[in-house]
Formats: sequence, structure tokens, C-alpha cells
Amino acid sequence: MTLLSVERLNKKFGGVVAANDVTFALAAGEMLAIIGPNGAGKSTTFNMVGGQLRPDTGRVVLAGQDITGQPPRQICRMGVGRTFQVAQTFLSMSVAGNVQMALIAHHGRTRDVVADAAALYRAEALALLARVGMDGEADRPIGELAYGDVKRVELAIALAAAPRLLLMDEPTAGMAPRERAALMKLTADIARGSGIGVLFTEHDMDAVFAHADRILVLVRGEVIAEGTPEQVRANPEVQRVYLGTSGHKAALRARRAAHG
Amino acid sequence: MDIGFIVVQSLSGLASASALFIIASGLTLVFGVTRIVNFAHGSFYMLGAYIAVTVVPWLLEIDRSPTLFFVGVLISAIAVGVLGVLMELLLLRRLYKVPELFQLLATFGVVLMVQDAVLKIWGPVDIPGPRAPGLRHGVEILGQRFPAYELFLIVIGPAVLGLLWLLMHRTRFGILIRAATRDREMVGALGVNQAMLFTGTLFLGAALAGLGGALQIPRVSASSQMDLSIITEAFVVTVIGGMGSVPGAFLAAVLIGQLQAFGVLVFPKITLVLVFLLMAVVLVVKPWGLLGRPEAAAGRAALPEGILSIRAFGVPERIIAGLAIAAMLAVPVFGDTYMVKVATEVLIFALAAFSLNFLVGNGGIVSFGHAAYFGLGAYAAGLLVTKGGLPMEPALVAAPIAGAAFAALFGFFVVRLSGIYLAMLTLAFAQIAYAVCFQWVEVTGGDNGVVGVWPSAWASSRHVYHYVVAICAILAIIALRRVVYAPFGATLRAARDSEQRADAIGIDVRTHRWLAFTLAGGAAGLAGGLYAFSKGSIDPTLLAIPLSVDFLAMILLGGIQTVMGAVAGAAAFHTIKDIFMPLTDFWRFLLGASIIALVLIFPRGLGGAFAALRGRA
Amino acid sequence: MAGISFTRRAALATAGTGIASAALIRARGAQAQGAPVKVGELNSYSRMAAFSVPYRNAIQLAVDGINRAGGVMGGRPLEFVFRDDGSTPGDAVRVAEDLLTREGCAFLAGTFLSNVGLAVADLANQRRRLFLATEPLTDALTMAQGNRYTFRLRPSTYMQTRMLTEAARGRTTRRWAIVAPNYEYGQSAAANFKRLITASIPGAEIVAEQYPALGRVDAGATVGALAQARPDGIFNVLFGPDLTAFVREGNTRGLFERRFVLSLLTGEPEYMIPLGDETPEGWIVTGYPWEQITDGPHKAFIDAYRARFNDTPRKGSLLGYVTAQVVANLLNKANSIDSEVLVDAFKDLRTDTVVGNVTMRGIDQQGTMGTWVGETVLRGRNGAMRNVRYADGADFMFPEAEVRAARRS
Repeated sequence: MTLLSVERLNKKFGGVVAANDVTFALAAGEMLAIIGPNGAGKSTTFNMVGGQLRPDTGRVVLAGQDITGQPPRQICRMGVGRTFQVAQTFLSMSVAGNVQMALIAHHGRTRDVVADAAALYRAEALALLARVGMDGEADRPIGELAYGDVKRVELAIALAAAPRLLLMDEPTAGMAPRERAALMKLTADIARGSGIGVLFTEHDMDAVFAHADRILVLVRGEVIAEGTPEQVRANPEVQRVYLGTSGHKAALRARRAAHG
Repeated sequence: MDIGFIVVQSLSGLASASALFIIASGLTLVFGVTRIVNFAHGSFYMLGAYIAVTVVPWLLEIDRSPTLFFVGVLISAIAVGVLGVLMELLLLRRLYKVPELFQLLATFGVVLMVQDAVLKIWGPVDIPGPRAPGLRHGVEILGQRFPAYELFLIVIGPAVLGLLWLLMHRTRFGILIRAATRDREMVGALGVNQAMLFTGTLFLGAALAGLGGALQIPRVSASSQMDLSIITEAFVVTVIGGMGSVPGAFLAAVLIGQLQAFGVLVFPKITLVLVFLLMAVVLVVKPWGLLGRPEAAAGRAALPEGILSIRAFGVPERIIAGLAIAAMLAVPVFGDTYMVKVATEVLIFALAAFSLNFLVGNGGIVSFGHAAYFGLGAYAAGLLVTKGGLPMEPALVAAPIAGAAFAALFGFFVVRLSGIYLAMLTLAFAQIAYAVCFQWVEVTGGDNGVVGVWPSAWASSRHVYHYVVAICAILAIIALRRVVYAPFGATLRAARDSEQRADAIGIDVRTHRWLAFTLAGGAAGLAGGLYAFSKGSIDPTLLAIPLSVDFLAMILLGGIQTVMGAVAGAAAFHTIKDIFMPLTDFWRFLLGASIIALVLIFPRGLGGAFAALRGRA
Repeated sequence: MAGISFTRRAALATAGTGIASAALIRARGAQAQGAPVKVGELNSYSRMAAFSVPYRNAIQLAVDGINRAGGVMGGRPLEFVFRDDGSTPGDAVRVAEDLLTREGCAFLAGTFLSNVGLAVADLANQRRRLFLATEPLTDALTMAQGNRYTFRLRPSTYMQTRMLTEAARGRTTRRWAIVAPNYEYGQSAAANFKRLITASIPGAEIVAEQYPALGRVDAGATVGALAQARPDGIFNVLFGPDLTAFVREGNTRGLFERRFVLSLLTGEPEYMIPLGDETPEGWIVTGYPWEQITDGPHKAFIDAYRARFNDTPRKGSLLGYVTAQVVANLLNKANSIDSEVLVDAFKDLRTDTVVGNVTMRGIDQQGTMGTWVGETVLRGRNGAMRNVRYADGADFMFPEAEVRAARRS
């Protein structure tokens, strides 16, 4: 069943084409990676889905509903969670507080002026933290955590909205290699376990080929290839313009490491 | 209107614009590099004028030549530049690590000290400067006479602009200034000697202010009030132009000069508010000024300036709060009537300051115009009693409603901006409200205000009224504190910490900020209503910039990082003022010095110091 | 509590000597005996020091003389307690309470700004304590917002404007331009002028009005706008730094050439000294030509003032001296510090002062102290006044019918 359907998105900045008829679909429980060289239009495409950018033309349809050009907060309410390239958290709050805040927002209680925010949805927050393995750090200020742990908390924040779709912009950027694999595995498990679709961009080919169900290759705003990791790896054009031989080997290695 | 008049009037506008630009360019440079909103810039301008009226006549004694006149002007500018360096070395250098707002407060302390120092050194009488030799005469232009000196000023503005452009593009120092203006962290990363860069910038900025002041002496006499009269206008110019943009400042100065020259023909009474109207319009249309650029998002995550940890009261806090409330309630029993009066005012200011910190500390919404809502609340209450014939009780209900209503109206535009631009828009709205109260004489009584705003008979004794205030203020503070701890308060902190993240979890950031602005305006309005009845009168000083600055000083002294700091700050500030005012004519000097001392000793405010103490214990 | 607070202040004062020189100066005489009679004097000593410091000096001079001569109320020393009013109504009302309650002052005097004066007047009414407003000029103080407890010494805006318009009687200047600072004093002077000028010059009309912000005059634009209207006469209300800037710009641009100028307060030394050699000639102004006083007690006051303070007297000095004389006379006459007795005694009280008789007219509680009207002239490098005459305030008071209509109580 199609969860997200992106139809012929176009975006220009000045004279530069950042997205040209980008079209793809994503099923529930599926992990779809967008890859491509710098400036290929990954982030643009991503932000058009997440609501940070409005496409010039084209449609974004989430579970049958047109969400094109909606603001991020609206898109969030329709069941889209998101993480950022540089983790965005509420630095003045504790780890649990961050997740509780997301739960407060999800339950539409942000205008409540009576309840005690520190006690609200605490149990649910702890449960979400447990899913990402961070329940032990619940009461530490989030600023004290290692970056990899912050990323996990950010995942928990995104999950608080009970999303049908997760948007993850370079989820492993800035992390140590070991942390990367762990985070991607965690994401994949959650996605498959809960039937959440995941759309992510990634520079790290190991992560992409190890965990993506399908891969979309963007070059200069255009989709030049799409398919399973094997198909993409085998695509000669992808090899030529993007992966190169070394990338090809890395992709193989990653696949083996994940499944072997 | 004949063409000659239009040309000459336009030249008058250009001359004023030139003078304004020279001053504002210094302010915008200093802000661009150090991110300090330097209130003392107006003091540098004033010092430039005073030094010039001292040095220039002395030089002209030697020889009445134009050269010596301008040598004197340059000496004054350099002397002021050196004073700027002194301020950087002695004060600002110790403050780069503390939150930006504290730096602002410290420069405000400098303003107060310089005011009284000038009175002490040069005396209270205005000192007219000598006219520039060779430029005393008028020049005939299209049948109208125009002062030669102003023609010279018209030339010197663009000349300064040109020199600054060369400096910024052709020297290493200038290139560093531009780099720092665009991205402050990058300069630190490049291994540039940041201290030297800042000192140099302060020299340049202060010298430009001094030059502006010194160049004014043939036109206006040096007086001890010229600092505050210029500083708001200089801020307006820098904001309209875009903070940090020198060409923007030039454009804005020309715009303001022309508007003023022709505006007075159509609306002779618009002089009070014209520049603020322009600023409000520009900011609503262009949120970063004409030539400014959006603040680059911080590359790394930084702790926000404001309330950080929300902890429930522990035992010591409960005891302190209990004692404070008990003391406030006991004042009428043990204190004399004057003490009751002061305690009443402390309570009122505590509420106003708390409501401001609800915005600043909790929401990251820095308002420079919070007195507007305080004053509008006071006006609503006062006018209902005196003109509407209503008793005190409904008037006190109307005060917060009025405060909230105007906060909602102005806040609608304010929350669309951020940072310093947001602050300046709040200032502009406050000035507009001030001008309306000031000028709408038939209704508001103009600057005389309205008297006869006294409490109902049952509350007319100072003691009973103290209890009225105590109950209203304490309950309002408790209620607002509850909101801080409630999801709504947390949501505001979330939006302050990361707008992007807040948006992504489904929070409508603007709407929540707007509601917060409205709520804070309502609380300030209540405080204003209570104040009106305690004073018996209302007048425009209740909405004026100095009171807004006082409120800021209160929350900063108290510490914007703690929930209750604002209350302590209000009490401390009011007490300091009350001690110093009867002591000496130079109380502003002592007030300024204490503010600076407090900023240096408690860089996180009294609340921060207490929190540190608790943390250690 | 009062004792403790005094110690606190005294300690701080000691700590802050040097800056705090003029802090707690209290004029206390040696000859007078018994508990002093205290008058609470609040004024803008910090912000309006050019006017208020000479004013305070003269009060001290006068009080010393009064106490040497035996004090007031049968031998009690007179004492003024001076306080800064903070230049805002809010601060002033608090300071006034302090003076009345902690300092135990019999009544209040002083204030400079009109809004401060009005707020303190209303407080006086509320607390039923006497307030002698010395400097605020606003008409409202004795008219629409007048009250039983408030008296004013100095001639009001109306009175001074009328002195000038009557000095213009017989002229043929028809087209008038007004320039006034944009606040109550400027606006009400302008309003009075519009009302009064036609009585002196039938058919006079106002062809231009300019209201620059106080302390921020854009002189070039203002002068240009006035000249454009081609007036025959100009009524000026600007003073202080605004006046200097306006006069310089007007001189250079020829605004005052062949124009008849009426100007409020310009002849007062406070405002004339800064004009220096740019003082325009031939303006009709109100002011204080102290150097032309040649005899009598007034001359004695001037000499004593110059000797003691090594400075020439200002208008503020004269006002301060007269204030002390009026206050001493009031206390002697009432021989009580009860507010109601004081108020009753003050009505229509005649005091023989250095400027002659000053009566506090009962109907509006406005003093008949006058001022000097004359023509500006340049003497050497300084401005002066010539053809001077003392305009007795008694001749320029509001008509009684207007007072009755305006005062509700």
C-alpha cells in the first residue's frame, strides 16, 4: 500500500533547477534512501516533503491526502515525524522533557496553562525512550549527552507524534561509525516493526546499502535511477556518475556486513 | 510651493541625514562585530560635542582658521574613540561571555554614569560651540539662503561612507570587520585576535559617534540631554538600514532626513513619532531592514539565554517565598507610611518585571517596549475613573484587558520577527503608543496626563490599598508562574530553544508567541492599573522608553535564567533607586555604577547567583 | 524606622562624599531656636540643573538670612529639605510622600515640569496638605485642575504670553508663525497666543505652526517651513538647546530679518547666556535683566548671591529667593503648621518680596509675581535686554469669570 506518493515535484532557485519532475512512492514499513552527490537536490526534495519548502509545481500525497505546501507543523499533525541533519532538540530541557514536549504537542495540549508540564506524559515518554535505548538517561539535561545519543533522543521525539512516515535528513551525519550502524539498525527495526515508512537521505553508503529497501538516485535535480540496492548498484549510469568503483565495493561490503 | 523651497528643504533634510548617518554608522559597526546593543553610543556622541566645545575654541584662540576648527573636531573624535577603547577594555571585555542582554544593561549603566559625569565636569548650562570659520555665511540657492556649513555636512556624510567602504574592502581590519559581521564564530575559528578586533571596532565606532557630536557644535549647543535624544534615532537608522549594514544606515538616514524635512510641512506635530512610524512600517514589510540580512543560524547548538531549568520550589525556596509574602503583608503593620508606599511599588514593579521575564526569559522574546502595556493599562484604568466615572474595581478589571488587547494588536506583527529586530519593533510600537497618549490632548491630557485617579473610598488608605495591590500582584505572579510550569510555558521554551524542532513536532510557534505576548501584556496592564491608583495620576512617562529600560534592568538584575529572579530584581532595583535618589543630585551616577557592579559581580543576575549557591550547597 | 533609615543614608552619604557634596544640605540658623519648621522641596535637580541649582542656592541664601533674623513662627528655624523629583510624576509622588511622612515636612514646595507639578498637586489634594508649586507653568495647575491645597508662585504660561501679546499692541503685524516645543507648555503657549493676539492686533492670523520635539529640533527643516509661509511675525516658545539651534539656523538663513519676533523666556539668563553673540536683536521677550537692577532689596539680594556663589543670578535664583520670602511670611502669618490653617492664611496673602508685593490671589491661588518684558540687544558678545519694564503679574491674571468657570472647586 502506498503511504507517500511524490508526483512530479519541481523547484527552481533563481535559474538553478534543484528538483526536476521528481517522482517516487514509498510504502508503509519501507525504508527509502535518497542519495546523490552534493547539490543533487536531496535536501530540496526532502524539505518539500517535510513542508520546509513549497514546490513550484507537483504534488505530495500522504496516505491519499494532498499535503503539498502545508507548513511543517501541519504535516507533523498528519503523521510525519522528522529528524534533522544537525540534531534539533530543546537544549534547556531534560531528555525526557524533550520527548514529553513532543507528546504534549502531539496531544494538542500546548495551550494548557494549568497542568504541570514536568509530570505530563512522563510514562509515555519513558516508554519511547526505552524503544531507542535511552530510558536510562531520562533525567539528564540533553546538552550533556554524546551526539549519537542526542540523535537517538531525536528519533524518540519524532516517534512521539506516532508517525506513519519518518523523514530523516542525513541521520548519521557527525556520528562515529559504530554509532551510525547502531542508529540505522534501530531505525530499521522500529520502522519495520511498526509499519512506519522511512524516507532518508544519507552520505554514508554503508548505511544506505545496508538498510534501505529501495534507493533513489538524484543528480542535478533529476531521478536517474531507482530500485533495490542490488538494482541501483548494478545500474551502470549510477556507477558512472556517482558511485564509481570504490563506491561499488563499499556498497558490496556494507551489504555483506549487514546480512552476513 | 516653489522649486527653490523644495530644493532647499531637501538640502536641509540631507544635512540632517549626513549628521545622523555618521553617528549611526558607528553604532551599526559595533553591533555588527560585537553584537552588543550599545546604549552608550549616544553618550559618545554627547562627549564628542562637549570635548569639541572645549577644544575647538581653545584652538581658535590661536588662529581663527578653518583648518584648526577641523583639527579640533578630529581631536575630539579621536579622544572619544579612546574613551570607547577604555570602555571596551575595562567593561565590555569582561562581558563577552555573559548573555548579550547583560552587555546591553552594562552599557545602559555607562549612559547613566556619563550623564552625571558630564554635568559634574561641564556644568548644567548648555554650551554653544563656535561656528566654523569660513562657513558661517549663508549661500544663495534658487533665491533661498542656505547655511554653508550644512552644505559641507551634506558632503561629509557620503565622504565618511566612502572612507568606511575603502576601510572595509581594502584593509585587513575592515575585511575582518565584515567577516565578523557576517559570521562571528568564523572569525574566532580563523584564529584572529578577537580582542584586538573588538577593541579596534569600539575605537572606530566611538570615534564616529564623537565625530558626529563634534561636527554638530556649530549647529546645536552641547547639553547633557543630547545623548538620549540621539540614541533612539541612531538605533532607528541602524535598524531601518539593517543592523550591521553601513550602506543601509546611509540609505535609512537619507530617508529619515527627507521624511522629516517634508513631513513637518504636512503634519507639524508628527515630530515625536515620525521615525518610529517609519521603522514599524519597514520592519513589518522587511523584517531585516532595508539592506540587512537574516541572522545566520547558529552553526552549533547553543544554550538559549533565558530560563533553563524549571525546578519545583525546594524547601529553601518555599521558606524564602513564604517570608517574602509574609513581609509584604506585614509592612503596613510594622512599617511607616512611606515604607508602605515603597513596598506597594515594589509589588507592582515585581509583577511588571515578572510579566516581562515571562516573555524574555521564558519565551526568548526580548521586548524593549514593555512599558507600553503597563502604561496602556494605567491609561485604561485612569481614563475610566476620571472620564468614564467608573469606580476603581471595574477600572482594575479593564486595565489588564486593555494591556492584553494592545499587546495582541502589536504582538501580531512583533512575533513575525526575531532577535534585535523584534526588540526594535516593540520599541517602535511603544513609542507610537507613547506619542498617541502624548499628543491626543483632549482625551489623554497630553503630557500633563490626568490626575484624580484615586482608589475607591474603602481602599483609599495607603494600608488598605497596599493589601489590594499585594493580593492582585501576588496572585498574578503565582498564576503566571503556574503558566511557566504548565505545558504552555514549556511550549514557549521549546520554541525558544529550537524553532525548527518545535515546528516539526507540530507547534504553531507564532501563535503561541502571540498568545504569550498578549498574556504578558495583560499582566503588565494590571500592574499599570495598580500603579495609576497608587500615584493618583497617569501621564505618558508610564509608557516611555526609560520605564521600559527600567523593567529590563530589573529582570536582568534578577537574572533572566530563573523563574523568580525578576521579582528579586524589581525589589533590588527599586530599593537601589530609592536609596540613592535622596542622597545626591548625582544619583544616576551611583545607579549606573551599581548596575555595572552587579553585572560584573553577578553576571547571571541575583537569581543566577542564588541558583549557583544552591547548586554548590 | 526613620532613625535607622537616616543612619543608613548618612553612612552612604559619607561613603559617597565628593559626588554627594550637595546631598543633605540643610539650612539651619544659629539664632533661631526650637524645632525647625520643615518645608519639603522637590525639584528636578538632576535633569534641570541649569534652572534648579541656582534656585536651590537662592533658597539657602534666603533661609540663612531668615534664620539669622530670628527664624519663623516666633523664633523657630526654617528648614528646606531638598529632594530630586526624578523628573517623572511617579518618582515625584513617592518622594513627596517621603517628605511628608518620614521627613515630617509641614508642606511641599517646588517641582519644575508641569506633569510633575500636577501629579504632586493632586497628591496634595488627596492628602490634604499644602503644596506651593514654584516653577511649573501650566495653566491647568490653577485653572481646570486647580485644587484647594495648591498654590503657584511663578507667572503661568497664560500670564507670560499675555505680557508679550500686550507688548505687541499697536503693531500691524498680521501674519504670524508659531514655533513651540511639542509638549504641554509649548502647545498651551501656542493656544494662548492664538487667543490673545487678536486682542492686541485685530485681524492677526496664524499662517504657520511648527512643533519640533523637545530637545530634538531639526532646526533646518523647521526654519525652512516657517520661512516658506512668509510670516510678518514669529511667536517663539523654544528654549534651551532647541532655541540655540533655532536661532543659529534662523540667523544664517535670514529668517528673522524684517520680522517681528515675540519670544517667551528668552531673556532669562538661563537661556540667553548660551545664545552669546548670536542673540538676535529686537525680539520682544520675557526675562530677567538682573544687571539693570540698581537699588533696593533686590540689588542687595543680587550682590549677596554673587558674593556667596561666585556666579551671576538666574531667573531660578530670583524665584528661589522669593519662594523663601513667601514661605516665611506664610508661616509667620498662619503661626501654625496645620494644613487647613496654612491654606486659609495663604489665600490673598500679601508678601513684600525683593520684586515688590506678591499676593496669592484667593480665587485661583495664583501668585502675582511678575516678570520683565523688554527687547533683546547685543552688548559686546552677550545678549541683553533694553527698554525693560517689570510687568506686574497682577495685571495679567486670568479674568475672574474664566477662573470661576474653569475651577470646579
